[in-house]
Amino acid sequence: MAKTDFGPPDYRTMIPPVIANNYGKWSYHEIPQPGVLKHVSETGDVLYSVRIASARLISTDWIKEICDIAEKYCGGYLRFTTRHNVEFLVSDEKQLQPLLADLKGRGYLVGGTGNAISNVVHTQGWIHCHTPATDASGLVKAMMDELHGYFTTMKLPARVRLAVACCVNMCGACHCSDIAIVGIHRTIPRINHEGVAKACEIPSVIAACPTGAIRPNPKLKSVEVIKEKCMFCGNCYTMCPSMEIADPVNDGVSIWVGGKVSNARTAPKFSRLAIPFLPNNPPRWPEVTDAVKHLVEVYAKNARAGERMGEWIDRIGWERFFKLTDIPFTEKHIDDFTFAPTTFRSTSQFRL
Amino acid sequence: MAQSKTPLLDDLEKGAWPSFVTEMKKAAAKKANSQDLVDQLELSYKDKTGYWKHGGIVGVKGYGGGVIGRYSAKPEEFPNVKEFHTVRVNMVPGFFYTTEALRSLCETWDKFGSGLTNMHGSTGDVILLGTTTENLQPCFDELSEKGWDLGGSGGGLRTPSGCVGMARCEFACMDSMDFIQEVTRHFQNEIHRPAWPYKFKIKCSACANDCAAATARSDFAVIGTWRDTLKIDQKAVNEYVKGGFDIQQLVVGKCPTKALEYTGTELKFDAENCVRCMNCIDMMPKAIKPGKDRGAAILIGGKAPVVKSAFIGWVLVPFMKVDAPYTEIFDLISRITEYFDEHAKARERIGELIYRVGMGNFLKGIGLTPQPQMVSAPRANPYIFWQDEEVVKHG
Repeated sequence: MAKTDFGPPDYRTMIPPVIANNYGKWSYHEIPQPGVLKHVSETGDVLYSVRIASARLISTDWIKEICDIAEKYCGGYLRFTTRHNVEFLVSDEKQLQPLLADLKGRGYLVGGTGNAISNVVHTQGWIHCHTPATDASGLVKAMMDELHGYFTTMKLPARVRLAVACCVNMCGACHCSDIAIVGIHRTIPRINHEGVAKACEIPSVIAACPTGAIRPNPKLKSVEVIKEKCMFCGNCYTMCPSMEIADPVNDGVSIWVGGKVSNARTAPKFSRLAIPFLPNNPPRWPEVTDAVKHLVEVYAKNARAGERMGEWIDRIGWERFFKLTDIPFTEKHIDDFTFAPTTFRSTSQFRL
Repeated sequence: MAQSKTPLLDDLEKGAWPSFVTEMKKAAAKKANSQDLVDQLELSYKDKTGYWKHGGIVGVKGYGGGVIGRYSAKPEEFPNVKEFHTVRVNMVPGFFYTTEALRSLCETWDKFGSGLTNMHGSTGDVILLGTTTENLQPCFDELSEKGWDLGGSGGGLRTPSGCVGMARCEFACMDSMDFIQEVTRHFQNEIHRPAWPYKFKIKCSACANDCAAATARSDFAVIGTWRDTLKIDQKAVNEYVKGGFDIQQLVVGKCPTKALEYTGTELKFDAENCVRCMNCIDMMPKAIKPGKDRGAAILIGGKAPVVKSAFIGWVLVPFMKVDAPYTEIFDLISRITEYFDEHAKARERIGELIYRVGMGNFLKGIGLTPQPQMVSAPRANPYIFWQDEEVVKHG
């Protein structure tokens, strides 16, 4: 039988000598140009990291291609970032310009550093998920084809983190992103009573509902959904395949803004609802792409240097955010779930 | 030229951003299952809906997780993705690879799977996307032979992951890569034989910039920090200013506790009021460094919305040393996961459990004492639970 329970490969066997020699000794870094990090060690050693975008869904052919590049310029070492970028680790400064020229020649996008839009954290979508309300890879591709100019430069007031989740499960945990795109359903699950009776554990299905919208239907040994209480999260479908919620005509995309995970300056924040619904229009999702581009542009024009999107909104207030972006504010923007009162304004301080 | 069968996806091969469709087609040129994946996805784009069924239980010998079963909802139309399971492979901590290691991984995946991967999935694993039930065991056997183990899935510990840390970051206040490696090794059984009510994620960022998004994305977040004072090199500060750096706007004005003041020659610092947010260090890495007495803060309960709400992790331990062999933090993780195992309902995350039973009860349960750093403010309501032993008994 195969060996089990030995855990990940030892990182010490995977790092280049310049990192092994300077582990814990890095002194400072600079960004000499977008996509290039220069780390300088206490020992005087220098490491250049050259960052390129990846498609996240990548073929073994592409991995072999980046291996070829890393072998040519980086002694056979590379790494990935938490946002699906690839970093070529250059310890020989003479290799930096040839590497950059090679990457340019192959059409790779070098960037994603500093005050940029880095690669997009996202989920599987229609490619491989069983509960998606939209695709994720396609949305990312369509958006970043429009926004890649912000990946390859550092001209934004601060970094902007984009994320896409194909349903409210938010596997990519995009709930703390500067701009989050979340697939949503808008119609109640369609119950196949026979299927529920045969294959679903009814107490678990009832417990899975955040709003208590599911009650037993003893006559059919099934359940029923109280329409007024359902907010279409699809968690019952996750528990029970006989409560199908996907609805191609009504499924679509919502947009959330102002979240962050860093503690720098201000505490981490949730992303908040900006646009409750935009339609699924593959392959290019023009409505979504336009909306995201618009949000980035309004932010870039109005925020101060060093201000993340959420920090900018905190300074100017949500009332001005909706005015500046020209996004209609509706009853859908007002929370009505468990912690709703914490979001209601309880001061006479606001902008008119 | 014959008309393309996939006009919608073909459109996504245009444009400057790297195309996942091009990647899928590269795999499809070699693998029938990847070709069916492309064709099924084209149908999804046409019909605006997904075509994957709920996963069935599949796996490899000795493990209860690490493989996600996936079946096409249209097996007659796309027989080669009738079974198209995901294999989660435990990545290298910090996502560093030699090309030799990557090539070896690709060789196995070309042999047994679709030739498509995610580098990496949201939790951190290498995602090998798509193979048959029959191929799972031989695929794992070969991976294991080469030194690649599986990651987590289901109701157990998920593959821990973290930031690059001391390998390449001057901000690192702890050795995040080493901690992630050792915590993964220590809790192998909890990763590979999921037996808890629900998933439990551990992530580590070596400083409060939290590049691993640990507070938002993990049940147990380890955030590197320090407990002495940050180190300011006044000469280097003045160099920044001389170079045109707007120290007022970008550093002094942004300090969350107004602990910094620049006199024109000196950056004055109110050490007791520093909340270690990282902004001044981020902005002037040559001039300002974290303190020397380093460790980590632990935050608990971070998660995405379903079911009760999304939570950003709550402070559980304001500061602890986190050095190899990590005895104290492993013990804390064990106490928490034992409590979780015993008290959580099915599919209840630890944040939801704490919300249900109360933070006070949870702290008692795992043997921690309350501290003011745990709250943004004390309670404002008078609904206090007094225990029998805290009041005078009558008669």
